[in-house]
Amino acid sequence: GAMGGSASLIPPDLLGEYQELTFLSKQEILLAYKRFSELLPKEERESACSARVPKSHILTLPELRANPFQHRICHVFSTSETGDDSMSFEDFLDMLSVFSDSATSDIKSYYAFRIFDFDDNGILDRKDLEQLVNCLTGQGEESRLNSAEMEQLIQNILDESDIDKDGTINLSEFQHVVSRSPDFASSFKIVL
Amino acid sequence: EEPPGAAPVDFLQELPSCQSARRRRGGTRERPPAPPGSAARALLQETAEQAARPAREAPLTIAEKRRLRGSQQAETQRLSRWKKWRRTSSKSLKKALSEVKGLSSYLVLWRHDIHSIQGKFGTGIQSYFSFLRFLVLLNFIIFILMFSFVTLPTIISKYGIFNSTIAYISPKDIEDSCRIYEPSGNKGLIYFYTYIKDLCSGTGFLEMTSLFYGYYTVDAVWISIMRYNLPLAYLLATFAYLALSFLWIIKRSVEGFMQNLVHDADPFQSYCNKVFAGWDFCITDPNAARLKHRSLQYELQTDLQEEKLRQKIAERTTKEKLRIYSLRIFINIIVIAILLGCFYSIYRVTVFSQENSNVSIRNDTRTDSVNLFVQYLPSMVITLANFIGPLIFLFLIRFEDYTPAFEIKLTLMRCVFVRLANIGVLLFSLWSQISNCGTDKCKPCGYNYKLYPCWESDVGQEMYKLMIFDFFVILAVPLFVDFPRKWLVTHSSCKLIQWFGQQEFGISDNVLEIIYGQTICWIGTFFSPLLPAIATIKYFIIFYVKKLVLIHTRKPAARPIRASGSNFFFLAVLLIGLILAFIPLGVSIVSIPSSKACGPFRNFNTSWEVIPDTILEFPTVLQQILFGMASEAFAVPFFMIICIVMFYFIALARAHKQVVEQLREQLVLESRDKAFLIRKITEAQR
Repeated sequence: GAMGGSASLIPPDLLGEYQELTFLSKQEILLAYKRFSELLPKEERESACSARVPKSHILTLPELRANPFQHRICHVFSTSETGDDSMSFEDFLDMLSVFSDSATSDIKSYYAFRIFDFDDNGILDRKDLEQLVNCLTGQGEESRLNSAEMEQLIQNILDESDIDKDGTINLSEFQHVVSRSPDFASSFKIVL
Repeated sequence: EEPPGAAPVDFLQELPSCQSARRRRGGTRERPPAPPGSAARALLQETAEQAARPAREAPLTIAEKRRLRGSQQAETQRLSRWKKWRRTSSKSLKKALSEVKGLSSYLVLWRHDIHSIQGKFGTGIQSYFSFLRFLVLLNFIIFILMFSFVTLPTIISKYGIFNSTIAYISPKDIEDSCRIYEPSGNKGLIYFYTYIKDLCSGTGFLEMTSLFYGYYTVDAVWISIMRYNLPLAYLLATFAYLALSFLWIIKRSVEGFMQNLVHDADPFQSYCNKVFAGWDFCITDPNAARLKHRSLQYELQTDLQEEKLRQKIAERTTKEKLRIYSLRIFINIIVIAILLGCFYSIYRVTVFSQENSNVSIRNDTRTDSVNLFVQYLPSMVITLANFIGPLIFLFLIRFEDYTPAFEIKLTLMRCVFVRLANIGVLLFSLWSQISNCGTDKCKPCGYNYKLYPCWESDVGQEMYKLMIFDFFVILAVPLFVDFPRKWLVTHSSCKLIQWFGQQEFGISDNVLEIIYGQTICWIGTFFSPLLPAIATIKYFIIFYVKKLVLIHTRKPAARPIRASGSNFFFLAVLLIGLILAFIPLGVSIVSIPSSKACGPFRNFNTSWEVIPDTILEFPTVLQQILFGMASEAFAVPFFMIICIVMFYFIALARAHKQVVEQLREQLVLESRDKAFLIRKITEAQR
């Protein structure tokens, strides 16, 4: 289990605060702490709450290593000033909270929008959608859709979700279309 | 027509809607420019709205959420005492609830197993195992229900615990010959082999236990001075478990399914659903991820091709349409002929099995292995029909020229129908035997009392045999087909075997198997109250067997299976099974005369009569109300009122749909106006 030695390393008032500010339960926070400190070198494990883990280490987690959106996830949740996408423990908790079972669908759709917005301009345009589909179908040359199919697919997506017909999907349109999607809640989930 | 997105982007960033979206993003990296007067007021308004929501629902980092919570707490200081108390009490309630939820998550059965399956195979296959878990729980609850209200009082009174006695009321106006019932039991020198045979076929010593209806030959139970009406309890417990299953299934199917009544688009087939919710974020295994990529690519390509196919179909000429429709009618006739052939063979086999087992077992204590085979003949024929039917349907549907998605749905519907109708035909043939009065044999009692003195126990035995055989087949197929096949594929390099390959985990077949077993359980529980316990144990073991089969012998499917779509599909078919189970139960409770030699309904014409009899003992006012509710004077106005309410809701939905369409058109016009104005402003600025 997650309990035992790690229980003594998070002060209880901090634990209570994390429980209040995230959607995670006490056991989940302690398990997250244990997994996070395993990513740090031995000397830094005592001060895991304030340490930052570089992106390459985070990507070794089994939950992220097979994920095609791993780089986007690290980028979106990282609060690093230097832009190297390293994550602190609180960033890690933020990420797990958004991907947990009890997170509201508003929060999930908001962060999904940010993850899918590859160029960070606040809207999903055709380039973003094309990159998204390529992430889904795989990284090899033979696993991509050809340009005619890609065009047809992107046109279909825009027909379904672009309400104001400006050729891009903004946050409210995205949240609207995702709220009607039956699979979103069960697929946008990571449990340690 | 100006092309969309031609307006310069920097102007768009200054629009109020973009500003508020950026503000909501928060974060420490992007600091928006100092907001001018009106925007600052909007910002304050927004924080005031957000104060109503708890901090964790805001899409901010933890540091930002701390600041938000601090400002919320500063706000609370200024509120009245009542509101303060309300807020703190709701917070502590939520905390207590989350503690309880955390503890109860440990009690969830198989949590770790299902989590690891999800990680390796995705949510589609995981939903099958969650469905199994749901059935284990459902059967266990049904068992507890029947046990505590029916079996427990009977056992208590038969052994005289708690100072209880059984009251036997001798029936009036019934011929003595109807009441003779002597189960063969165990008389004389019995071989060990007989016990095994009895265990497999439900006869002999098993017939007299509380497993079957015949044990409950009790008219009332007196526990000290309280009278417990066992016949009424038996009937009401039956209705209760049916109602409980119905409500629980509906609750589960509504939970995950978001129905959009305004847009006619099918939510499961939409491209947005496949792209935005396409990737399973719980996959942890790189191999599984690779397979998922391939299946997503395949699914998207197939859907795009299907769309082109649909356009082609819409452009068919009349001659082609005529040809295809006549071909489809012809194939449907073939399908119906095959189904009728199945049903007829089941009918003949059941009649044969009943006649031969009656002759050699009832009057003769000689035991033969042939008899066991004859007894299980109906189960074997049904299983064979369930296996061959789908193969034939898969072969035939190729000629009908439907779109691939519709092909799958239609084949599935046909398979469901075959499986459930087979059970119905079996029961129908049993009843025809029971009411078969060749030469005046039925007049005294209403059914064939010579061959079936206690016909409910016989039906219970057939259901029991079906269940045991189904369990046996589910255990035998992995042992004799899957594991040898996997062994052959890995150890032999013969081209033919490699082409055959490993089998995929066909979720639909597995689910139909399970639903077939569950329908048998629902029908059989009335005739054999301990059947749900057997079903619980059966599904418990099946979970581990299927998990082993999945991990060791299956390769994941090329066609991806969507979790929510499959969840809804499982529950919909389960609901069809439940509704089909209502029919045989309804017929046997209401119209077939209950046996006079055994069971709690000896003194009544049919099992249903307990209820009117009990109502007659109520005070007169209540009686009149209840009889009034069942009469036409009440039913017709009630029906009309329900129709009016339904029409009202339909009209309301239609009106809402119109409003939504108008709003959508308005949004498109607004966006064009915006682009036009921005272009004008940019031109004016130059």
